[in-house]
Amino acid sequence: MNFKQYLVDGFYDEMYEADGTPRPTSQPLIDLINSLPGQDLRRRQKSAELALLNLGITFGVYGNKMGTEKIFPFDIIPRVIQSNEWTILEKGLEQRVKALNAFCADVYSDQKIIKDGVIPEELILTSSSFRKQCMGVKPPQDIWTHISGIDLIRDDQGIFHVLEDNVCCPSGISYVLENRATLKRTYPHLFKTMNVRLVSNYCDHLYDTLKYVSPNESDTPNIAVLSPGSFNSAYFEHSYLAQQMGVPIVEGRDLVVVDGFINVRTTAGLERVDVLYRRIDDNFLDPEAFLKESMLGVKGLFECYKNGNIGIANAPGTGIADDKAIYAYTPEIIRYYLNEEPIIPIVKTYLCSNAKDREYVLKNIEKLVVKLVSGAGGYGMLIGPASTREQCNKFRTLIKNNPRHYIAQPTISLSRAPTIANNQIVGRHVDLRPYILHGKSTYVLPGGLTRVALIKNSLIVNSSQGGGSKDTWVLGDTDTEINA
Amino acid sequence: MISRVADSIYWMSRYLERAENIARFIDVNLHLTLDLRFEVVSDQWLSLVSTSGDSKDFEKRYKTSSEEDIIYFLTFDRKNPNSIASCISAARENARSIRDTISSEMWEQINRFYLLIQKNNKMNKIKNLQEFFYQIKMANHLFIGLTESTMSHEEAWHFAQLGKFIERADKTARILDVKYYLLLPNSEFINSSYDAVQWAALLKSTSAFEMYRKKFHKISYKNVADFLILDPSFPRSIHHCVLQALTSIRAISRYTKTESPALTDLASLHQVLCHDDIHNILETGLHEFIDKFQIKLNEIDQEIKTSFIETSPTIPKNESDDGEENILKKQTES
Repeated sequence: MNFKQYLVDGFYDEMYEADGTPRPTSQPLIDLINSLPGQDLRRRQKSAELALLNLGITFGVYGNKMGTEKIFPFDIIPRVIQSNEWTILEKGLEQRVKALNAFCADVYSDQKIIKDGVIPEELILTSSSFRKQCMGVKPPQDIWTHISGIDLIRDDQGIFHVLEDNVCCPSGISYVLENRATLKRTYPHLFKTMNVRLVSNYCDHLYDTLKYVSPNESDTPNIAVLSPGSFNSAYFEHSYLAQQMGVPIVEGRDLVVVDGFINVRTTAGLERVDVLYRRIDDNFLDPEAFLKESMLGVKGLFECYKNGNIGIANAPGTGIADDKAIYAYTPEIIRYYLNEEPIIPIVKTYLCSNAKDREYVLKNIEKLVVKLVSGAGGYGMLIGPASTREQCNKFRTLIKNNPRHYIAQPTISLSRAPTIANNQIVGRHVDLRPYILHGKSTYVLPGGLTRVALIKNSLIVNSSQGGGSKDTWVLGDTDTEINA
Repeated sequence: MISRVADSIYWMSRYLERAENIARFIDVNLHLTLDLRFEVVSDQWLSLVSTSGDSKDFEKRYKTSSEEDIIYFLTFDRKNPNSIASCISAARENARSIRDTISSEMWEQINRFYLLIQKNNKMNKIKNLQEFFYQIKMANHLFIGLTESTMSHEEAWHFAQLGKFIERADKTARILDVKYYLLLPNSEFINSSYDAVQWAALLKSTSAFEMYRKKFHKISYKNVADFLILDPSFPRSIHHCVLQALTSIRAISRYTKTESPALTDLASLHQVLCHDDIHNILETGLHEFIDKFQIKLNEIDQEIKTSFIETSPTIPKNESDDGEENILKKQTES
């Protein structure tokens, strides 16, 4: 298995120029793979998969107790990003997170952006992610979006666009870190040759980000990861992050409010908690403040938070910033709060709640991608060009019945990256989710989760829909860069 | 430490120890039955089911009680909560919920252990039973070694120790109880070579054969009982297990600054084992002695729960029924 038969097929390719010659920075990787004897790459792929299985890096399927765990499909050919490309992305992501943070702070206080007529009030009030309970809340250090995962795609010209923002509970970072650990065993020598930038200190930065929002001055605040529990499909990640930071993982039933503070039940009685990295939706955080039937949360948590007695990351209410209809306004949001031009463009977005846009969408649905504004995981979406007439008509009805719930975007031909499938190397579509930490300063992890649509011609990269992942190698530009 | 975590690590450890003991019991029976006449063989297998305390469940669900039936019931039957497969799954679920507390090495080993069972379960027929049970024993030994050498010997570690030794004491007591009565009344065998084979098998199931030989040289039922109950230094004897459990609960009490009745009870149990002698125990009745011992162990288990796990305000029940799973399904991450 090697690159000798590899075809670019007219797509923008992450590793090859349009004429089929390798991009210079990817050359060492291509040379190595081409130099491997016959089935060696396949053997390396199998051994990487076995390692992931033995480490229990699996996701569970709900409602079934035995034999339903799978590893998240992983492709051992990394995706390579050149340092000059990354420098621009880094600035663009930092800019974006700062603006979204300012937006959350404003939406839940003075709402200047509405008063100044930049965003219609109705759009915010009708968002299912808007939490009126958060009005007037001042989170510690005025930070809302501590941890973000911003999905990027590359179009057929190779230009990066933001596809969506995830600023509530973005997941996937544990795969970034584990994928890297796996590839270090798979190609030990390449890391030095190619000057791949380090990702393994992410958890140190995460710890500092969380520590920064502790409500007290202690140098060793009590931080914990709040998880729905071990049967949640993302539990591996929750426990991984807790373990890497050396903080406990807690569930709602471990916590109790006493005298306005959050406490954890320990073998020696109650102990105060200062910061929670929550991996539970807003709605499930506190049955008193949000969904009454939630059994995952902690009664009284929100009240403690409002009184400044606990830091919560990300802040309740941040979901408003990743509503896909608000997304259409993000360039305006960046200009409004930062007085800067957006560095990374977004994808042209039609709001179905807007009569003119809706008319266009209904007419051209076959050419468009339609998405639920609050959807995740690739569910509830339509890819016009890949759909039947019935499917398109079904979405027409859905949009007419509930326009605020839908947006549409032109179908973008995502870039492709070489991927192992059926014992050969072929091009498959990819996206990229970098992770950004916003605390005392803003940190963009040089890397991220590259998701790949393993099915031929598919544009859906979500793991629930036949997607897998790749390690992302951001290359350093100087010799002094620390090797991964 | 978090009460729920203490509970999980205690049970993780108990389940693993339980799985290993079941593997030992079956393995030794496989050896033993090779030396026995056909008619006594089936008694040998049925006695295993009573060792794990699941006779009723077995009789209800199985029409026959062949060697194969019993091995399946004890090894792979997921409806039997004490089968090896059930124990390993339960241990793994507990371990998964405390990934942040145990070391990565421990997690990886428990996961490999689980995959070992899964793999053989899928095969349906175990090509080489003895090799399989040997692997199970070794898998747990490796886990115990990793626990010893990759985890700080602090409060959580002591909860793991406590679980392991309470479970082991219970299992040694059970096998002694069951085998002793099965072997003893059979006048035909007394002092015959079969008799020695049987007692040797009992010792082997607890890996005690060689250590016993060093102390008593020749096999006699009194000495076997003496060794498995009262020997202070053999790692699977009841006395030794109680002593280790006591050491750990002392440490836990120091960490938590809690006076638990479990400590007092283990201490007095230890006193009894230090001062009793085997003639005395056999005179009053071995079965009575073991029965009393197991009741005490159950009380201690409850006391541990009350003192360290269910600290006030009351902790809600661990809910993993469908109700909660349904709510969870609604909750998504992006």
